[in-house]
Amino acid sequence: MIEIQGLTKSFGHTHALRGVDLQVAEGEFLTIVGPNGAGKTTFLRILATLLKPTRGFVRINGLNLAPADVEVRRQIGFVSHQPLVYGNLTVAENLRFYGRIYDVPELEQRVETLLSLVGLDGRAHSLARTLSRGMQQRLSVARSIIHEPSIMLLDEPYTGLDQQASRMLRGLLQTVSTHSHTVVMTTHNLEHALKPADRLVILCRGHIVFQAEASTLGLAELREAYWQHTEGDRSLGPS
Amino acid sequence: MHFLNKVLAIVWKDVVAELRTKELFSSMFVFALLMIVIFSFSFDLRVERVAEVAPGVLWVTFAFAGTLELNRSLATEVEGARLDGLLLAPMERSTIYFGKMLGNLVFILAIEALMLPIFSAVFDLNLLQPGLLLTVVLGTIGFAAVGTLLSTMAVNTRAREVLLPVLLFPIILPVVLSAVKITAGMLDGQAWIDMAPWLRLLIGFDIIFATVCYMTFDYVVQG
Repeated sequence: MIEIQGLTKSFGHTHALRGVDLQVAEGEFLTIVGPNGAGKTTFLRILATLLKPTRGFVRINGLNLAPADVEVRRQIGFVSHQPLVYGNLTVAENLRFYGRIYDVPELEQRVETLLSLVGLDGRAHSLARTLSRGMQQRLSVARSIIHEPSIMLLDEPYTGLDQQASRMLRGLLQTVSTHSHTVVMTTHNLEHALKPADRLVILCRGHIVFQAEASTLGLAELREAYWQHTEGDRSLGPS
Repeated sequence: MHFLNKVLAIVWKDVVAELRTKELFSSMFVFALLMIVIFSFSFDLRVERVAEVAPGVLWVTFAFAGTLELNRSLATEVEGARLDGLLLAPMERSTIYFGKMLGNLVFILAIEALMLPIFSAVFDLNLLQPGLLLTVVLGTIGFAAVGTLLSTMAVNTRAREVLLPVLLFPIILPVVLSAVKITAGMLDGQAWIDMAPWLRLLIGFDIIFATVCYMTFDYVVQG
């Protein structure tokens, strides 16, 4: 479970988040959409302990963020549009490296299981830089779940993927999300946002301007709500 | 034990990646070699006793070649936001510092190990003495300790290649100075006792700056 109260983040005079209040229940798939500069990435980076909030309170699975950063990180898997893998290491070496810094027990077995899960078992000995963008993103998913996190944070995971790779990643993330209990995803793409979500949030200029259960929304309604609540940011609209 | 395992994992990752391409290692080697050759030709023309300038040349060569390593080492983490991958791991940030520092130390020492015999041959000096090798190790520890922290600070700036030496060289001046003095003393056949103040300065610098860098690394990478 994730509890957030009054979350504020400023970079100098720029206010990325302005008092966000949100709760994500255990097992919930929450999608956050919003125009560029809405604060989506900042929000996820704070949850991932990569940024410190200026003000506000974040508790993840009962742990307060600042004093228990290391414990919180143990429970988080993070996928962004950057795969965060080393091009000059092989696919298996990348997973072994992350497994070691995450203290994963029975690492070899875990690496094999993950390679099979993401469909890269045939490329285990290929250098990561020789993989296609879609394959690198699948490796990134394997990297992010190597320590079996209970919370997945997905920051624009479809960026730069073609239709086929997007479909493959969506299937993979759905498989992963059934194993890891809570998922928070940001995306520009309203279709990607709606399909897997239990709840949808629209973030604009650092505020939550709209939220609804995904089951109550069709794509057309979501699109309408998006335009309505991000009026001043039409030029930066979603796909 | 977990701490050491993670530090070694970071070193292992850097070494394996570098052994596969040898991009950085070969650049450092060629750069250091060129410096030695250029200095050698320059001093042949003007300096009567090369042994007097050799310690300075040696440490300037090590410092410049080492700066290449420091710049590249952190740049590989920032490219593709890979540093985030390390920062997301459930470990103290100091683990990353010691992993990167130890990796830098390994690479710079490896280059120095290759350069010492070449330097000895070109300048016709015996640099392969146990005391001198110890000085090289101590000097390189201080260099890598400060350099790793400063390269982490500089790596997110646009002018990182320029900024790192500007930040680094004034701070490591005590290391270079004491290492040059000890090296010169050894080449002159001085007793250890005569070089004790410089040795104390070098060891003191290593301990103090490794501790300060360890304590401040968290703030440097903090968002």
